[in-house]
Amino acid sequence: MPCGLQRKGDVKMLSDIDKHMLDIIADMHGTPPGAYNIRRNGVGVDRSITANVEIRTKGDKPGIDVVVKPGAREETIHIPVILTAGGMHDRVYNTFDIGAGADVTVIAGCGIHNPGDKDSQHDGVHNFIIRRGARMRYVEKHYGEGKGSGKNILNPKTIVVVEEDGYAEMELVQISGVDSTLRETEARVLDHGHLYVTERMLTDGEQFAESRIIVELAGQDASTQIISRSVARDNSRQIYYPRVIGLNRCRGHVECDAIIMHGAKVRSIPEISAQHAEAELVHEAAIGKIAGEQMIKLMTLGLSEKEAEDTILEGFLR
Amino acid sequence: MLEIIELSVTLEGKNGPVEILRDINLKLEDHLLYVFTGPNGGGKSTLAKAIMGIYPVSAGKILLNGQDITSLDITERARLGIGYSFQQPPRFKGLTVGKMMEIACGKKRTCTDCNYLFNVGLCPQDYINREIDSSLSGGELKRIEIATLLARNLKVAIYDEPEAGIDLWSFSRLIETFNNLHQDYDTTIILISHQERIIQLADEIILVADGNVKQKGKKEEIWPLIMQDYTCTCRADCNERVM
Repeated sequence: MPCGLQRKGDVKMLSDIDKHMLDIIADMHGTPPGAYNIRRNGVGVDRSITANVEIRTKGDKPGIDVVVKPGAREETIHIPVILTAGGMHDRVYNTFDIGAGADVTVIAGCGIHNPGDKDSQHDGVHNFIIRRGARMRYVEKHYGEGKGSGKNILNPKTIVVVEEDGYAEMELVQISGVDSTLRETEARVLDHGHLYVTERMLTDGEQFAESRIIVELAGQDASTQIISRSVARDNSRQIYYPRVIGLNRCRGHVECDAIIMHGAKVRSIPEISAQHAEAELVHEAAIGKIAGEQMIKLMTLGLSEKEAEDTILEGFLR
Repeated sequence: MLEIIELSVTLEGKNGPVEILRDINLKLEDHLLYVFTGPNGGGKSTLAKAIMGIYPVSAGKILLNGQDITSLDITERARLGIGYSFQQPPRFKGLTVGKMMEIACGKKRTCTDCNYLFNVGLCPQDYINREIDSSLSGGELKRIEIATLLARNLKVAIYDEPEAGIDLWSFSRLIETFNNLHQDYDTTIILISHQERIIQLADEIILVADGNVKQKGKKEEIWPLIMQDYTCTCRADCNERVM
């Protein structure tokens, strides 16, 4: 058994706070189906593998290698990380090798419950290789909470290669309670490969969020769509740098929408760069407050002003 | 019954306050279908929005079944049973048709709620999970808007130009829906329209022009007068301009 990994079944030893965090970030209620690896406070606490999904602890640095066999179908892999001790700085390197023709869903996510006055931080570096003809749906939710004054910091870095005819759909969500985040996503898409990235972010209070996404459409007929929707409330700040580079005959679409409220500040700097005559790239960006007509419409259906606002924001970040 | 007493609405314009409606007096009975008609810019939508609480009134009162609702906000009026279907409904990124219908019904969606979409010519299965965003055409958006009002149990239902942007086939179904609504419920229905087929549904026609009610009465009496009066006015205006 790898050092630091507890036996299967120890998932029962999770505290109520652990379970609460797993529920929020990975929709886990008890033992999840399929393969999984639960990391708590820098240590793997439970793991399960399947005939098609192997999970190995890295030998040279903290993290895991997740290997999905070619042709594996309808596999689900949960790899949540939770930090429940204050003052922790956890850094993890995970590699995912999705075999040719496989079809998998990966549910990641990180939750910090910081009860103390020291900052807690998780830096997750994820490397994905989506092999030829493979399909992956990836869901990553970030969440923070805790009554102490320590900050919750999450800095994910995601590196993706979508090989020929591969397909990756990535849903990156920051639910709430993250004081500071730097999200970096780098992707390279090869011939006939497709990458869809949907990023949804909510910041409030004095929180800060920066997202940098760069997608290189290297292959012929590669495509990507990057959709970013965010809500910035109170005095929070957000910065977006989505970039798509077309190196071949390809299609790319970048859409950044933000709702800004109170004293928040949002910057959005989308960039499209065509380096091939048949690259078709589009970007759209919009920042604005909640439209008055939307509020009025919902109020005419009987919602209060607060309910209308919550409904609009919930829908926008859905 | 909805009573409007000495109602005036003044809104802020580019060059200062503008009186849009003045001294409106109306009594609208339960179970009757009224059509507000009249020239563009005459004040029909402003009157409807004042009833809904979207525009504040500068003078006068609005009573619903004897209760003074003039000071109530939009939400309070909606909860009392007043509804307004927008002429140009807003779009919502992320909000689905299903969610909007749930809000309109005030509960979790049921098959009955899907019928409201069917009644405006939309196949519920095709629309329930769609976002109310720019992927919908103007006509689809308008029909969803009308369905949200049909889904509510209202005392006063106001439809602002319900025919706008709606195709011929859906329009026929809509006419049938308004007819059924009128026959089966006690709701006071107000349709704001210039469309003759809609006007023919009316028990009473109310002509709103120049910020006031110019005519009110049974369809059979008012419709010929309106046609004659406004045709003459129009000809007179044209002749005057030509001269």
